[in-house]
Amino acid sequence: MHKDVFKNYQKNDKSALIPLLQDVQSLYNYLPEEALKDIAEFLGIPLSRVFGVATFYNQFRLTPIGKNVIRVCRGTACHVKNSSNLLFALETALGIKAGETTRDKNFTLETVACIGACSIAPVITVNDEFYGRLSVKDIPKIIKTYTTAQQKAAVEIKAEESAA
Amino acid sequence: MVQLTINNIKVNAEEGMTILDAAKSVGIHIPTLCHLKNLAPTGACRICSVEVEGQRGLTPSCAYPVFEGMVVETNSPRVRRARKTIVELLVENHPPDCLICVRNKNCELQDLAEQYGLREHRFAGETKTHAIDISSASMERDPAKCILCGRCVRVCFEVQKIGAIDFTNRGFTSIVTTPYNKGLNISDCILCGQCILVCPTAALREKSSLKEVSNALNNKNKYTIAQIAPAVRATLGEEYNMPLGTDVTGQLVTGLRRLGFKKVFDTNFAADLTIMEEASELINRVQNNKTLPMFTSCCPGWVKFAEQNYPQILDHVSSCKSPHEMEGAILKTYYAKKMGIDPKDIYVVSIMPCTVKKFESNRAELAEETMPDVDAVLTTRELVRFFKMAGIDFADLPQSEFDNPLGESTGAAAIFGTSGGVMEAALRTAYFKLTGEELTQLDFESVRGSGGLKEASVTISGLKLNIAVVNGIGNVEPIIKDILAGTSKYHFIEVMACPGGCINGGGQPIHQKPEKVMKRMKALYQIDAEMQTRQSHNNESVKILYKEFLGEPNSHKAHEILHTKYFNRKEILNN
Ligand code: SF4
Ligand code: SF4
Ligand code: FES
Repeated sequence: MHKDVFKNYQKNDKSALIPLLQDVQSLYNYLPEEALKDIAEFLGIPLSRVFGVATFYNQFRLTPIGKNVIRVCRGTACHVKNSSNLLFALETALGIKAGETTRDKNFTLETVACIGACSIAPVITVNDEFYGRLSVKDIPKIIKTYTTAQQKAAVEIKAEESAA
Repeated sequence: MVQLTINNIKVNAEEGMTILDAAKSVGIHIPTLCHLKNLAPTGACRICSVEVEGQRGLTPSCAYPVFEGMVVETNSPRVRRARKTIVELLVENHPPDCLICVRNKNCELQDLAEQYGLREHRFAGETKTHAIDISSASMERDPAKCILCGRCVRVCFEVQKIGAIDFTNRGFTSIVTTPYNKGLNISDCILCGQCILVCPTAALREKSSLKEVSNALNNKNKYTIAQIAPAVRATLGEEYNMPLGTDVTGQLVTGLRRLGFKKVFDTNFAADLTIMEEASELINRVQNNKTLPMFTSCCPGWVKFAEQNYPQILDHVSSCKSPHEMEGAILKTYYAKKMGIDPKDIYVVSIMPCTVKKFESNRAELAEETMPDVDAVLTTRELVRFFKMAGIDFADLPQSEFDNPLGESTGAAAIFGTSGGVMEAALRTAYFKLTGEELTQLDFESVRGSGGLKEASVTISGLKLNIAVVNGIGNVEPIIKDILAGTSKYHFIEVMACPGGCINGGGQPIHQKPEKVMKRMKALYQIDAEMQTRQSHNNESVKILYKEFLGEPNSHKAHEILHTKYFNRKEILNN
């Protein structure tokens, strides 16, 4: 279906790479491997270069995104306020590493350089919501807010496993 | 003309020249890393920084053009400090493997560390770690040793126009790799090894077969046979500081015997054989209105390229095996029988200027029953290492002759190692086959030299042949597009994937000077010119081989043993 997007572009127009990547990403919320191959073929650019550009810019993602995106600020102010502990707590609770998505596709965990809310450091965002002055103890509650009953069971099992 | 001053020396430079080139013209050396001659500068590494009067920061001399009255300092304390820091940062992020590295004493990073007097670790910290990619049969990629100069990326993308590898990610995590970091074996790579030739470190290197070969030599049950490609004899001397283009055939034969090979044959013999088969195939195609144009098939890099990218033109590629595979096939059939050796005991090692030949020798269809035609391939560089290991002082070796009958060859075979050579050799024989007479003028100047696409027309007894020679895989695409569009005017096209041909193959001694290639080429034309016999069809041993064993060129038997088939690798790669 991403090939429909190609209609808005000229074949072999190498300068269309970034806009085309953006369009395809807004279609799927990420850039599937098949789509990158098709883009390379359509624009006459080696796949290695398309892949290089897609991995260079933070705006592009190569793995599917979860329903909820949690971003942990790793800027200076948050770092000083131990945001690494928040990140670790989230990774443990969700059973994934930063940059990954949970198997049920409910959460994607990311780090960002600075969210721009240093006054309430340490801070995380979930989708468009800000949570400031956090401590590790607050994490389970936040996760719960975004978890349906069914998913909750799964997450709890994970948490138990990693505690054991 | 522009006048400038470099280190207090007055320099007359051409308009548009870079500071780097202007300095070089008066014997001032400026170090470079990312710079590649004949390609546009990227200014990525900054090691070439110099001070230009009136400019605040340091200036990358490889990218900056000279101007009238410019005053340049290439070696001020500030410049030296900056360069040293760059080298220190590179070294600290590099595995401390020098003593066990295949590029030890032939590494640009080592050279710089020495030149800038690094004596302590000032920036020790986290270093990158990456797995080594050993997925291909020909090459290894070791990204931990990569200093991100980008030369391989540019050769692959801009010269070869393949683009198998590129920069991915950014900052500390940036790495030169294949898409999705998958193995080279399933990328667009054709294993030509041109990237190895430009890599300043050991981040890119051939996959070594020295262990297998030395095991075979130590195995008393193996009848080990070496064969030498045309292009190796004109380059190996470089590793021993002999003048460029020295012909070391005689020493090579002696050296290989001393390593323990029972027989040393010449791939040139099989090159003559290839010509017999290929010229007959061409004439057959022309006279019987079969698929044209016909491409040569000696270059496995080109064959792999066609299989991966244009499977629809595989009918156009000659079905002839490449010369060293033919030699192997004849060794394991005709020769084994003649000498009363069990072919299973024969172990054939090809000494090649090429990395793709390793992949080629692994192709399942290049075998007699289940025996591979060629058991192992060593590059020129590997052979030099082998000689060193065995305590063989190559430069002092006496000369000796090839074994026979698979050692005899003609001048036509010698030039197989250079772009245009296969074409020239084929024309000499095609002419004879069509007219029954020898050509009086044997040299085809129009297909010699370093042009990316060389063309000529020859009329042989009323038959006009349009021929083309593609020099470097980056120049092949337009020709293929013409064929696909049905507008190609050619009958016969030679393709060699490496710019300059095998003489500049990915397995050859590492150098960074394009001008070297022409000198190596000359050596091969010299060998040809000095030969008594210069046409493949006059190779007496080849004649006997046909009489005793194969019958006619393109006979049923010849087809069985000397020809091969190709596969649609586009499909294989996509699944
Ligand atoms: S071997 Fe040739 S095709 Fe493969 S990455 Fe190197 S330059 Fe590119
Ligand atoms: S692999 Fe070698 S040539 Fe390529 S960027 Fe790294 S150091 Fe440079
Ligand atoms: S050689 Fe000039 S910037 Fe790298």
